[in-house]
Amino acid sequence: MAILIGAETRLITQGITGKAGLFHSQKCREYGTNVVGGVTPKKGGTTVDGFAVFNTVAEARRETGANATMIFVPAPYAADAILEAANAGIELIVAITEGIPVIDMLRVHNALKGSKSILIGPNCPGVTTAGVCKIGIAPGPIHQKGRIGIVSRSGTLTYEAVHQTSLLGLGQTTAVGIGGDPIHGLSHLDVVRMFNDDPETEGIVLIGEIGGSDEEMAAAFIKEHVKKPVVGFIAGASAPKGKRMGHAGAIVDGTAGTAQSKKDALRAAGVTIAETAAEIGQKMFEAMK
Amino acid sequence: MKLHEYQGKALLRKAGLPVPRGEVIFSASETKKGLAALGGEAGVAKAQAFTGGRGKAGGVKLFSNAAEAEAVASKLIGMTLVTKQTGSEGVKITALLFEEQSKIARELYFAVTLDRARANVVFIISPEGGMDIEEIAEHTPEKILKLYPDWNNGPDDALLKQAAEFLGLNADQSVQFADVARKLYKVYIDNDCSLLEINPLAVNGAGNLILLDCKVTIDENAEYRQLETGGDPDAEKDPAEIEAAKHGLSYIKLDGNIGCMVNGAGLAMATMDIIAHYGAQPANFLDVGGSASEEAVTKAFEIITSDKHVKAILVNIFGGIMPCDRIARGIINAVNTTGLQVPLVVRLEGTNVNEGKLLIRESGLNIISADDLEDGARKAAQMVGTAKA
Repeated sequence: MAILIGAETRLITQGITGKAGLFHSQKCREYGTNVVGGVTPKKGGTTVDGFAVFNTVAEARRETGANATMIFVPAPYAADAILEAANAGIELIVAITEGIPVIDMLRVHNALKGSKSILIGPNCPGVTTAGVCKIGIAPGPIHQKGRIGIVSRSGTLTYEAVHQTSLLGLGQTTAVGIGGDPIHGLSHLDVVRMFNDDPETEGIVLIGEIGGSDEEMAAAFIKEHVKKPVVGFIAGASAPKGKRMGHAGAIVDGTAGTAQSKKDALRAAGVTIAETAAEIGQKMFEAMK
Repeated sequence: MKLHEYQGKALLRKAGLPVPRGEVIFSASETKKGLAALGGEAGVAKAQAFTGGRGKAGGVKLFSNAAEAEAVASKLIGMTLVTKQTGSEGVKITALLFEEQSKIARELYFAVTLDRARANVVFIISPEGGMDIEEIAEHTPEKILKLYPDWNNGPDDALLKQAAEFLGLNADQSVQFADVARKLYKVYIDNDCSLLEINPLAVNGAGNLILLDCKVTIDENAEYRQLETGGDPDAEKDPAEIEAAKHGLSYIKLDGNIGCMVNGAGLAMATMDIIAHYGAQPANFLDVGGSASEEAVTKAFEIITSDKHVKAILVNIFGGIMPCDRIARGIINAVNTTGLQVPLVVRLEGTNVNEGKLLIRESGLNIISADDLEDGARKAAQMVGTAKA
């Protein structure tokens, strides 16, 4: 089971002839993902390292039956790439590209209303269903098939949580990096809901950071609906106010979105808070006893 | 990036919005040129600097003739303006906006920004303009209204009517307001703003709306297509931050004494947090990114050590795309070329971790290896002598 992706996933890469696009397509294939081809305008009909290249997503879908895409298209064109995938009926769109203008993402967000496509990201590491399928840039070998669902805004913190839960023998069902941008596809809440409904997922790790109110909204849902143990970690308690910390979303304006307000909301929902990133796995291990 | 008031007003004027007549000058010798735009010799000179509270700090001066205007220009340009927001170091005034003076009957507040939770543009309006919106929010929150224009249609008649009523505008002003609001919305979208604040949006002596001051911030991700606004992406950055950005590094200087080098923004923040957890303070935020070269790692090291407050360095890398051996080589290069004046703690994990650790061990350099994040943070905190047990 797990969530979002699995053995049935047929992946294409938009921007497959670029350096990063090709490298990660290869890595996903090595992990076991069924990578059925890629898209680069004007390079249709060629192949690159065994991947068939198409001019458009619609063509790639028609020829390969692709149901998922990962996007490495440069930021100025990435919003159009997302919309092209949605228009072609691709069910799962994972946008790795960072630096997409917010106005472009507002346009995408509104265009996807009522669409059947699910968007993850942008500015995210992607999704991995442990031992089965990987979409994105996460290092494959740290994953271990198991019982924990992980959702995070940050890439390397996702890896940290994956690594720790693997070392402790808990393993993961699926790890989802939702990305660090202000306007993004799946939210913490959406993914927590999926993990809650997934019978294979027995515990949930939620990793957030300063800025926005995604974590607070997930907390409200957890309080009402989630019986599985949840461990939370929030990065950025020591970040100065008004400074953007790498992620476009990681900035505290006014009093909303502070690390403290997020931790308080999660605690009030019964979530166990890991005070440092080093104890995420251990807290989950204890909560699963 | 932020725009100066004169740059913001140029955008507003171009969009057909009512702003006072005015002209920017960069030296007192341009006074004549500045006055020519006013259609008279009386007006107001406004310091162009990225800070609020300019008026109280002496950065806004009236003049009633050319001699006074020149005197004001000589005094203000080059002066350091110290306001509540700038701290004691202040900001240097490099330009002055000369404007005609407007009679003000009422001051309103109007801002356009992003509501992240709703993924929607939001209008924030208040009949109590002219002061800090945060103060209004704190003391009289009922005097603030948020309205959400629909993405596909922009601000519609019902929304504009509701806003005009909330602001207490008469029929004629309401018509003007609708035009102003629609145009501001368009300026916000077309210029990739993340904030467009008009404070005050004034009613002048003749009862007409006029946009007296503006703050414009452009989305960093969209700077590449908004350089025509005249904004300078580097205007408010520290020289080390600019240097770092050239090498694909994201660096922010902080006040502590443990230099950090981390991959990934989230892990970089979490590393700062765990240093604080163990009783020490981070000297910087530094994200080397997901695919930094050996040279970039060396550069990162140089930037960290150029901060004289740094008493220890913690490198925390979870190698995903970036293999640990590349990081190790970058560190060894940096130490070999610049020397190592402070203790260096390195925690490596992930792709090629064994190769990376081996390189460091065989380098013969005095590098302290850490087993995991906790061990690394604890050791770094011990090095600066402020560690909690």
